[in-house]
Amino acid sequence: MTTVSLTVNGQSVTADVDPRTLLVQFLRDNLRLTGTHVGCDTSQCGACVVHLNGQAVKSCTTLAVQANASVITTIEGISQGGELHPMQAAFREHHGLQCGYCTPGMIMSAIDIVNRKGNTLDEQTIRAELEGNLCRCTGYHNIVKAVAAGAQGMAQTPLQQAAE
Amino acid sequence: MYAFEYHRPTSVKEAAGLAGKAEDIKFLAGGHTLLPTMKLRLAGPANLIDLGQIAELRGIERSGDTVTIGAMMKHAEVANSAEVKEAIPALAEMAELIGDPHVRNRGTIGGSIANNDPSADYPAACLALNATIITNQRKIAADDFFQGIFTTALEEGEIITQVSFKVPSQAAYTKFRNPASRYALVGVFVAKHASGVRVAVTGAGSSGVFRVTDMERALSGNFAAEALEGVTVAESEMNSDIHADAAYRAHLVGVMARRAVQAAVARG
Ligand SMILES: Cc1cc2nc3c(=O)[nH]c(=O)nc-3n(C[C@H](O)[C@H](O)[C@H](O)COP(=O)(O)OP(=O)(O)OC[C@H]3O[C@@H](n4cnc5c(N)ncnc54)[C@H](O)[C@@H]3O)c2cc1C
Ligand code: FES
Ligand code: FES
Repeated sequence: MTTVSLTVNGQSVTADVDPRTLLVQFLRDNLRLTGTHVGCDTSQCGACVVHLNGQAVKSCTTLAVQANASVITTIEGISQGGELHPMQAAFREHHGLQCGYCTPGMIMSAIDIVNRKGNTLDEQTIRAELEGNLCRCTGYHNIVKAVAAGAQGMAQTPLQQAAE
Repeated sequence: MYAFEYHRPTSVKEAAGLAGKAEDIKFLAGGHTLLPTMKLRLAGPANLIDLGQIAELRGIERSGDTVTIGAMMKHAEVANSAEVKEAIPALAEMAELIGDPHVRNRGTIGGSIANNDPSADYPAACLALNATIITNQRKIAADDFFQGIFTTALEEGEIITQVSFKVPSQAAYTKFRNPASRYALVGVFVAKHASGVRVAVTGAGSSGVFRVTDMERALSGNFAAEALEGVTVAESEMNSDIHADAAYRAHLVGVMARRAVQAAVARG
């Protein structure tokens, strides 16, 4: 067993884990944060994307022990006071999901894109940046629309961005 | 994944010490090749030595005609580095073409080079930019480092600490991606140095990354895409798989090489 201490959605967590525990298993099984999904488990699909120290990473390809002393944000950590994060609101508004399996990863990736590329995103940029996120349902069209709108929405709520 | 013991050293010396003492070790960098391999039980080290907390493996530094990058620098950090963009823009662009944003936030230059995947991008950059691979024991010229598919000059327990690239006067990398895996079906890195032109190809060769000396000779006389007309690589030395056969790969090497030269010339 190895001890890990990290901050998840603003809360400090310390636990003894088998070192082969993946970050996604730690989040889902130990912390019961089941919003982060496992789509492929082979590092391809991005359903498991969370933010590690503010950067989007695939939590199925990161050991929990590698995240020691880091700050993690999951899909459960982005809404505030019952209000959806602007990116979540945009996915609902623009019907950017069907089954919803890919959605947590899409949204965490989309917020990361805005953090890096700003609030005005053209379609080509969004499609290229979503390369690591697969969706089996939507055909991506409404996801791209939602990301563009969510990016604009994030510009109007600077407090929510700063909260990350 | 098979069980292993986890170690988190904070210096290269400590990591090397652990590697010397412990049985059946693997170093863990970004984990974006090693962890999938361990999940598939194709690798099952008894001891995993995480290089992630070693500060001396980080950093990017330009000095004279070289850019030196710490082994644990992530692909995204190289792609966004002001020093790299200024000195060797082709290298920053290459790093930006690796995988997807999430892979670039974890995968490292040291891991990529140590792994020497026949379709990885960094090995081509190392050959074309006349790189020196610096380890905790010695310095190895890129020309001697890559020794065939997934095979390098590294000894058991040897740690890559830095990679030092020569700044070229002109360079570009063009990559024809496998649309599913995002690895190179064929990637060509062309670089013009005072000492001559270097052309390195990844993804295509049946023995991994290689230089194309015929193209280098043609371009040393005339650094223009036209100089490559009629210069070909041998189909018999190309890889063939479900994604592309050898004839197609050989053809693509020519196309990608001409495009790389065009891009290098256009950049000036
Ligand atoms: C979905 C996906 C897409 C990808 N697409 C591409 C692509 O387009 N192009 C590309 O080039 N790569 C691609 N990769 C691979 C990626 O770049 C890997 O991150 C990289 O090959 C390995 O680097 P790492 O830091 O993750 O190393 P790890 O997986 O941690 O280690 C790989 C190997 O190197 C050894 N090692 C690591 N660091 C050192 C060191 N400093 N000294 C000695 N040995 C060391 C390890 O022991 C291990 O054997 C992709 C990966 C994924 C998951
Ligand atoms: S579950 Fe992690 S990439 Fe698919
Ligand atoms: S909505 Fe079903 S996988 Fe994307």
